[in-house]
Amino acid sequence: MIDFQLSDSVQTMQKMVHAVAEQAMRPIAREYDEREHEKPWDFLNMMWQVSNGNPIGGGTERRKDAPSERNLGMCVSIEELSWGDAGLYLSIPNSGLGGAAVAAAGTPEQKERFLSRFSGGKPKWAAMAITEPACGSDSSAIQTTAVRDGDHWVINGTKIFCTSGLMAAEKSEGFVVVWATVDRSAGRAGIKAFVVDSGTPGMYVTKVENKLGIRASDTATLVFEDCRVPLDNILGSPEVPKTSEGFKGVMATFDATRPIVAASAIGVGRAALDFVRETLKEHGVEIRYGLPAHKLTALERDFMEMEVQLQAARLLTWRAAWMMDQGMRNNLEASMAKAKAGLVVTHITQKAVELLGPLGYSRQLLLEKWMRDAKINDIFEGTQQINQLIVARRILGYSSKELS
Amino acid sequence: MVNFKPTDEQQLIRETMAGFAREVLRPAAREADEKNEVPEAVVQRGWELGLVQSGIPESLGGYGDARSAVSGALILEELAYGDLALALHLLTPRLLTLPLLMIGTEAQQKRWLPRFAGAEFVAGTAAFAEPRWDFDPTALATRAERKGGDWVLTGQKCLVPLAADAEAILVYATAPDGLAAFVVERGAAGLTVGERERNMGIKALATYPVTLDGVRLPADARLGGESANLQPLIDASRVAVAALAVGVGHAAFDYARDYAKERRAFGMAIAQKQAIAFKLADMAIEIDAMRLLVWEAAWKIDSGETATREAVLVKQYASQSALSIADNAVQVLGGHGYIREHPVELWLRNARGFTTFDGVAIV
Repeated sequence: MIDFQLSDSVQTMQKMVHAVAEQAMRPIAREYDEREHEKPWDFLNMMWQVSNGNPIGGGTERRKDAPSERNLGMCVSIEELSWGDAGLYLSIPNSGLGGAAVAAAGTPEQKERFLSRFSGGKPKWAAMAITEPACGSDSSAIQTTAVRDGDHWVINGTKIFCTSGLMAAEKSEGFVVVWATVDRSAGRAGIKAFVVDSGTPGMYVTKVENKLGIRASDTATLVFEDCRVPLDNILGSPEVPKTSEGFKGVMATFDATRPIVAASAIGVGRAALDFVRETLKEHGVEIRYGLPAHKLTALERDFMEMEVQLQAARLLTWRAAWMMDQGMRNNLEASMAKAKAGLVVTHITQKAVELLGPLGYSRQLLLEKWMRDAKINDIFEGTQQINQLIVARRILGYSSKELS
Repeated sequence: MVNFKPTDEQQLIRETMAGFAREVLRPAAREADEKNEVPEAVVQRGWELGLVQSGIPESLGGYGDARSAVSGALILEELAYGDLALALHLLTPRLLTLPLLMIGTEAQQKRWLPRFAGAEFVAGTAAFAEPRWDFDPTALATRAERKGGDWVLTGQKCLVPLAADAEAILVYATAPDGLAAFVVERGAAGLTVGERERNMGIKALATYPVTLDGVRLPADARLGGESANLQPLIDASRVAVAALAVGVGHAAFDYARDYAKERRAFGMAIAQKQAIAFKLADMAIEIDAMRLLVWEAAWKIDSGETATREAVLVKQYASQSALSIADNAVQVLGGHGYIREHPVELWLRNARGFTTFDGVAIV
């Protein structure tokens, strides 16, 4: 039965996470935006202890008699954290994207070996390294190579835009999942993912980017020079199949992560919208619903448009997450949610800056920051255009060859 | 707990409506638009779906089905997918019966509902919109004034579907205590149904201007009695309009997508060009977005909560989206979209209407 009521357990978690966002993130949001490349260690240590290394909101145990709410719960929590601060949310120590890849493609032994460390001890990060200087959206064109040499893989290449790459590769006992080709002539089929433990000789962080927004989160360049990893650090089979099924499997990781990125975007959008609403309210301006166009102010129309666009994005996101929880394939719906949320939140935050005039533009408030933070959601984890492409292929029934 | 799956029963109703829309409404749509009329056979077959009778209690001759805004939204989307004008004709009696069911007094229900539970289509309707540029659904210019124990209605209405044949018209007016509605029987003194209107779209649906020149009504003609709150009606109506908009958008999208896969240019299907493919992708995203917003607002209504804000927002969103999707569908077909051999121009004209109808309009 169609229902939009969050369960009690998800609501309880939502309240808890909101308290963290309000009390631990908002107060330091501006500081770690201005002090790019410095880490809010008190906050990071606290989050490590609270979450015990689990992705926030994902720790809900599945009861046997109850349907899973894991992905939906995660989206709800991440919206709250990103409402607090998107950059800080991205910097929270956990198994993150790298862990998602291990969870999706690893053997039980690999999961134990790589994921068990995300509990207790010091904060740890796991990152994912896909993008290269000469290839971004076209991730099948990567140049980084992995060559077998005895009982090791030898990795060579350069990876950029690696979220939490610095923390995962050098500043904690985490790991980086690196995408590399074992057979360039095989195209997509030759692309495999490798787990590289932090501190492995031959893996270097050569640069940490200066960015428009999400400055509390590091974005690293990783260079691999004859970096040797054990044979059994490859995720999935080392065989190069005749088809590109294996590559599709790796790409399926995005079906899980795109709703999460969408949820994060929505959190930033909601922060801006809440701020505009409260500011207007303080000054006696209430939004009037139900009046004809000729009686509404431009501000009211803009605000309502922002509100409904954000809700549309949220519902698409919830649906994509709900489908995962139901064990349904959500490739199309995940991309729909990501495409919509990235775009909508980019627009909402820009409009919010516009609506509040000098207050919007001032660095003494957070609106301008949210606008800068929001934009990343239209870019990472598949740009707006890549997600449109995926949606288009699915609705048209086209392969990547038929529609490129 | 969040769930995006309709019940099995809803799914069944949805499929029935979808079948009817594809087999009966769609094939009749173009001719109905050209001739400005709804074929008798469509009316009768549509009546047999029970759209009007189903909500009427068994004691009054209906099927006594529980009312659900979510089920309603699912039904309306499917019907509008077939053809908006034909769907609206079939749904028009509900403009009278639904308010009676939701808000009407027992005496009002007993008096009016049984005649809408028979074997054949009976017209009933409502008059909300007014022919003025500054029409305001929150401040109707039509007045209801007390004269002794009676009500006297004065004002002008437009876009009143099937007014010429209606057994009764539910007339909305501003009473001293706010928005009110009155059941005005056919032939009441001072009630004039004007000449059929000519509109840009939904042409097959006969709509009329209605003049109320001191129409005198007994006190019990006021819907729901004194001080009845009509906001739930307006909320439900806005969600219904939005659901219809989803159907029109969906129809336009499906047609444009199929066309784009067939039509070739520069050695390939035009759908293989990103300029077209991305447009189609955006259309698909918007259809799902508006549908989910409709479901959420309908769910809120079914939960018994006030959904005024949601209804306003979804109505605005869906009517704009449907228009934009229909416009894009015409664009995907290019010159072919502009000629009347293809239905997309019809859907563009029909979709334009959604931004015009507000308040308790059309549904």
